[in-house]
Amino acid sequence: MAGQPTNVRGTPVRSADLKKGRVFTTTYVPRIQYAWDTGQAIGRYLEELKNGRLIARRCNNCQRIMIPPRMFCERCFGPTHAWVVVKDTGTVNTFSLSYVSWDVRRLKKPEIPAVIEIDGASKGMGILHVLGNVSPKAVRIGMKVRAVWKPAQQRTGSITDIAYFEPIKGKAPAAKRTAKKPFKAKAKKSKSRKRR
Amino acid sequence: MRRVAVVGAGMTKFIHRALETPKELSWLAAKAALDSAEMKLDQVDCVVEGTAPDAFDGVHMNGEYLSDGCGAWKKPYLRCYVGGGTGVYALAQGWFHIASGLFDTALVVCEEKMSTCLPHPQAAFLTIFDNITEQPLKPNLLWIFALEMNRYMSVHGYSVEDIAKVSVKNKRNALGHPSAQLGAELTVKDVLASEIMAWPVHRLMVSPTSDGAAAVLLASEEVAKRVTNKPVWVQGVGWCLDSAYWTNRDLYYPDYVEKAAWMAYRMAGIREPRKEINLAEPYDPFAYKELHHLEGLQLAPKGQAPRLLADGVFDRDGDLPTCPSGGLLGVGNPIAAAGMMKLCELFWQLRGEAGPRQVPGRPRRGVAQAWGDLMQVGTVVVMGVN
Amino acid sequence: MKTPKNVETHVWRGGIPLESRYTAGLGGQIFFQALKERGELVGTRCAACKQVYVPARAFCERCFAELTEEVKVSPEGTLVSFTFSAYDRDANRLAEPVALALVKLDGATTTMLHRLLRVTSPEQVRIGARVKVVLKPKAKRTGSILDIEGFQLA
Ligand SMILES: [Zn+2]
Ligand SMILES: [Zn+2]
Repeated sequence: MAGQPTNVRGTPVRSADLKKGRVFTTTYVPRIQYAWDTGQAIGRYLEELKNGRLIARRCNNCQRIMIPPRMFCERCFGPTHAWVVVKDTGTVNTFSLSYVSWDVRRLKKPEIPAVIEIDGASKGMGILHVLGNVSPKAVRIGMKVRAVWKPAQQRTGSITDIAYFEPIKGKAPAAKRTAKKPFKAKAKKSKSRKRR
Repeated sequence: MRRVAVVGAGMTKFIHRALETPKELSWLAAKAALDSAEMKLDQVDCVVEGTAPDAFDGVHMNGEYLSDGCGAWKKPYLRCYVGGGTGVYALAQGWFHIASGLFDTALVVCEEKMSTCLPHPQAAFLTIFDNITEQPLKPNLLWIFALEMNRYMSVHGYSVEDIAKVSVKNKRNALGHPSAQLGAELTVKDVLASEIMAWPVHRLMVSPTSDGAAAVLLASEEVAKRVTNKPVWVQGVGWCLDSAYWTNRDLYYPDYVEKAAWMAYRMAGIREPRKEINLAEPYDPFAYKELHHLEGLQLAPKGQAPRLLADGVFDRDGDLPTCPSGGLLGVGNPIAAAGMMKLCELFWQLRGEAGPRQVPGRPRRGVAQAWGDLMQVGTVVVMGVN
Repeated sequence: MKTPKNVETHVWRGGIPLESRYTAGLGGQIFFQALKERGELVGTRCAACKQVYVPARAFCERCFAELTEEVKVSPEGTLVSFTFSAYDRDANRLAEPVALALVKLDGATTTMLHRLLRVTSPEQVRIGARVKVVLKPKAKRTGSILDIEGFQLA
């Protein structure tokens, strides 16, 4: 038996079909513009970015200091209780070297996105940002980094008021990047066929 | 709750760019599912539809637009949406309709036409990131996968090579799938030699963007026994969402998949998943995701999935075949339709109808899982022959 | 909850950068080919459901059958409904209202939407009026719904 699925259909369109007008198409660019209210927590977060500071919110119930800040705690489902100014330094939780831009252009020099756990916030509280002033080869999980701020007059109240995070010299991580060598598979493939 | 069976399944080819409109794709798959059960549209009581973000098809209110292609003309109809998790969740939603006693048959159709989105479908993913605190950094979808993969490898001490084996297995499995977009015979070396898109993610570890649709027909026990002598039963469904603050979580392990899996397993009466499940279709949009999800699904101990993979456990003739279909990496990834394709595969495998893809040993029970939203949702369905 | 004094309520401006290219599809290929090349309006028939769908469709929504029988319908039809819209889509008042028509072409069982040409006020129009299609000249047709200029009273 050939096996299922049978009678699968679908007609490929080649680039030439489009170029030569053999396939009829309509193109549309929607005008979708928004003015999103930032709300209390993110409004303050942006305001403090303009001031060159990172700010978080504490929940007195679960004791978490959360960044980005939020006015309610999603775990306790109650209001958060206090603003906490945290440091602009942190630890790389994970990172990538991205050779592709958001709109799929190829990049010669990679962008280095990272999740950075912020000092002064609870453990595991990271934010997304990019690393700079570092060789891609030198980036490690566990690396200590600090925010490099744009000059005060260029800040607009945006996460990009931090140009990037850079390594703190002399604080090389002990952590390894990943195991370099793949482990060996067992010599013989397990062939036991038990169905229950 | 009433028992619910899958009695028919069908799908289109998964291709890079289709001539068919989204609703025509939906119709091709839905019709194939009906035909496979030798049933007619007027025997369908209600219709459930699943598509991922409207941005791909480029149609706002995409569910309403697709409805006639899904067979919903003048019928109760409901769209569901949990991002990439939609395809597997849609079957759960169809299951409610029948298990509740409200309907006897439900047609469940999932579709995606990503080629509509210009210049590249990936650009639409920008909008899944937080609009104020993350989008200004111009993130791309590869970032979050790469960040999660790096975290997974780093916590457990695996190399890119260990992960690349998933691509080799799935693309090979897909050679036996008539709908497959990217079936191939590759080596680990080939995968590692492919372009680094966002380290540690290489091109051949990424599923393609695709156009396609897939569908199943569900029926109550009474109808199922009347229309087929090979019903496949929906034994359990589960789903769970974690926090949208994805940078506040440790990405190395998908807690939400574990929770969703146990919800489905409890319903199915499964206590020891590794012993009681014969095949799995974990969600594999990126190579490491299959391993990550197998651990969440309790089918490999935490951090052990790459080892089991290297030992051949997940091969089609291994102890626990995973993605015998060829997965998203091999068959293709029209988002919601890809999850539904996995459910179709369980249906065909459990009926012994998968032809060249058939896993040996008469599998009696399988699990399919999908994942999505902002690295946060797990959707799980367990199906079996009794 | 006390609101800190120095909170400035920001607004973050942004958009959703999207561009879509829709294929006309299996049904659309039939319809637009005929429209562009021959200036004809072509539908597809479902004999079982006694429907003629215009523009042509690949499948019947009522019985799910594949539709393979093409039917050329008349360029004339009946006005099912109409309106004069005084606003554009961004809610700006227009200098001249735009008239829109819902038309059932002779031979079709479905209605289609397009502009109603050469009328300036509702008094000139009534539901049930006979209308005919106005096409662009062949050289200007591209295989788009805009190859039809609109309908005018017959
Ligand atoms: Zn709390
Ligand atoms: Zn019909």
